[in-house]
Amino acid sequence: MKNKIISKVQLSDSIFKIEVEAPLIARSRKPGNFVMVRVGENGERIPLTIADANRDKGTITMVVQKMGVSSAKLCELNSGDCITDLVGPLGKPTKIEKVGTVLACCGGVGVAPMLPIIEAHQKVGNRVITILAARTKELVILEEEVRKFSDEVVIMTDDGSYGNKGLVTAGMEQVIARESIHECVTIGPAIMMKFCAETTRKYDIHTVASLNSIMVDGTGMCGACRVSVAGKTRFTCIDGPEFDAHQVDFDEILTRLKGYQDKEKLGNKLQEVK
Amino acid sequence: MIDKIKEQRNEAWRVELRKKLKAKDRKAIERIVIPEEDSLERIKSQRIEVNRPITFDQAQTEASRCMDCANPTCMEGCPVGINIPGFIKNIEQGDIMNAASILKETSVLPAVCGRVCPQEKQCEARCFYAEKLNLPAVAIGALERFAADYEQSNQTKSDQVNERVSNGVKIAVIGSGPSGLSFAGDMAKYGYEVTVFEALHEIGGVLKYGIPEFRLPNAVVDAEIENLKELGVQFVTNFIVGQTASIQDLKEDGFAAFYIASGAGLPRFMNIPGENANGILSSNEYLTRVNLMGADLAESDTPVMTGKNVVVIGGGNTAMDSVRTAKRLGAERAMIVYRRSQDEMPARKEEVHHAEAEGVEFLTLSNPVEYVADDNGRVSHVKIQKMELGEPDESGRRRPVSIPGSEYLLEASVVVVAVGVSPNPLMTNVMPELNSTDWGTIMVDESLQSSINDIYAGGDIVRGGASVILAMGDGRKAAKNMHEKLIGN
Ligand SMILES: Cc1cc2nc3c(=O)[nH]c(=O)nc-3n(C[C@H](O)[C@H](O)[C@H](O)COP(=O)(O)OP(=O)(O)OC[C@H]3O[C@@H](n4cnc5c(N)ncnc54)[C@H](O)[C@@H]3O)c2cc1C
Ligand code: FES
Repeated sequence: MKNKIISKVQLSDSIFKIEVEAPLIARSRKPGNFVMVRVGENGERIPLTIADANRDKGTITMVVQKMGVSSAKLCELNSGDCITDLVGPLGKPTKIEKVGTVLACCGGVGVAPMLPIIEAHQKVGNRVITILAARTKELVILEEEVRKFSDEVVIMTDDGSYGNKGLVTAGMEQVIARESIHECVTIGPAIMMKFCAETTRKYDIHTVASLNSIMVDGTGMCGACRVSVAGKTRFTCIDGPEFDAHQVDFDEILTRLKGYQDKEKLGNKLQEVK
Repeated sequence: MIDKIKEQRNEAWRVELRKKLKAKDRKAIERIVIPEEDSLERIKSQRIEVNRPITFDQAQTEASRCMDCANPTCMEGCPVGINIPGFIKNIEQGDIMNAASILKETSVLPAVCGRVCPQEKQCEARCFYAEKLNLPAVAIGALERFAADYEQSNQTKSDQVNERVSNGVKIAVIGSGPSGLSFAGDMAKYGYEVTVFEALHEIGGVLKYGIPEFRLPNAVVDAEIENLKELGVQFVTNFIVGQTASIQDLKEDGFAAFYIASGAGLPRFMNIPGENANGILSSNEYLTRVNLMGADLAESDTPVMTGKNVVVIGGGNTAMDSVRTAKRLGAERAMIVYRRSQDEMPARKEEVHHAEAEGVEFLTLSNPVEYVADDNGRVSHVKIQKMELGEPDESGRRRPVSIPGSEYLLEASVVVVAVGVSPNPLMTNVMPELNSTDWGTIMVDESLQSSINDIYAGGDIVRGGASVILAMGDGRKAAKNMHEKLIGN
């Protein structure tokens, strides 16, 4: 049996951490890579970033929020069940260089794909400050793991129920005011990444965003995932998923994410909150 | 080969058969009209094959039109040189299984090629009837399909399978399109342990994700895949060579040589203003959603864009497949926008006729220059510029020239861009030592070996977007050359 789920942990009301057997992907994946997943013979192919991998056990971990049909189908599976199709690793890996201090800004389930990135940054000797932003306390997930790979963690909630009250950008401004930041990484809802990029643009801090486009194949075959970067059309799945956030046309992304919203089949909506 | 074909022609039964009917009487028989599903009925589903099967009698009658020429020019028109008179005369004689086995000597996928080859530009264009008599050619494609289908439905498990002795040498194939499949089949017959790696969750490449069911039923492709499995070919889906594991990893796993048949999967866009609006998608996306993911079926989770006015840009097979899919998904107006005239369309003629019968509109000498979106970012109009034909270009076709001031807006709720594909960069990206051209195609020598020893390549990844028969021919050629090299060593 392939792609067997070996553990499933509920992180919040609608967010699950799923560890699945995938020895080859566990061996070849790098930070920033994602996989395409399909559940059931009528299932849709959806992209999910790899949150963690264990080479010895031969497993990878994904964090999924129940949103549309496809993410719900995945979240309904339990330990011992198998995922119909799982392919990867896909996408270009994150460029990790020793730069100094890295500011990692994550929102919602975006924390999960951020984990391997901050781990890698710490490994090469960068100082990592992570901002964990969520609507409310219940949605702050994976805090313990984040602390493991960060020199400092700033928690922001919209309603102030945990950490500081305010948006991710407020946390960013505070950190930037106090010390020099050499690189910024942002992963979360497109609207959040847009504002992160606007914030760092003011200070001319190089910023990388991991984009969450709608995908079909994930291998460069269809162009569903196309985005405009520096005025040129690029495919998120093979040219990305990470791009220079200051060059990305986020308004176009926000429009494109709504492309299938009038459809009954809303599987891809998951991506909006990645 | 040629001698063998001459020899066969001189066999007693063939001589007898030629004498049975005078050339004049053969000539008097009219070319078969292929029975079709009614055009109003067939557009109700993506899954009704348009061309219906022909009967045994019809096939024999059509086969008897063939003059069994001493110099069969039709064979020169076939990119892989199928023994055309050989299989046709077996049909006339009533020995269909033998006809099918003659086809299989050269073509691994005759049931597929009979349906999708542009015969009117290849074998049928060079048929004696067309070249010398100015009469409709023998329906070679239809006869090919007949013989192959007959074999598929009357198959007794072939005994060659049991006799197969493995030589234990492991060979990896990258990509399961027609090129990879034909290579795999031949190598298995030579005795190798062949594994085909496919990135998607289905086997078949373009035959599955691109060409729709109404033109090529999946069952036909699956039957061919079953044959390969019986020959011992292993298939691994959801495996991207270069990503899931590298060629180096596979070498360490004991694979001795590789055939890259990864296709020309990357869709091209035109880079005109507004092209990233919602509702504008590549033909690959449109066709993949429907053909691979089943978006036309209620039970599928995958959605597809639908709308009243669907505009398809392009004039090739992909454009025809897209526009006819749009009709089947319920478009009121399904339109082709093509910058040259209908005569220059690269699509198979039969598909253009079928599209016309299904109510597809053709806006030729028209070129999109811009897309207009509504307030929600969804495409609403295409700005079209009219064209006229100028001097012939390198391809010999007259070059379309735009007419200034001729622009007008055409209503569109969905736009499908079908203006060609580029080679899939998945392999070349991760293997810089694999020499490729500026267009991204992999460079090979005459034996189809790449710049790396033991790695061969063929099909669309070498030719750019080409055809099923050429992709298949490459697979056979690469298999033969690789085999000779491996036993020579
Ligand atoms: C819609 C459409 C209609 C067409 N109609 C016709 C027609 O009527 N007649 C005709 O002759 N031709 C037609 N063609 C062209 C024809 O289909 C192609 O020329 C032919 O399929 C090429 O075969 P191939 O084996 O080289 O590649 P493909 O069929 O493209 O197969 C390549 C396969 O390799 C896989 N792959 C890629 N990279 C990797 C990797 N790294 N690891 C594992 N797998 C990988 C891909 O997923 C794919 O499945 C059509 C094409 C399209 C798109
Ligand atoms: S998802 Fe199809 S090209 Fe990126």
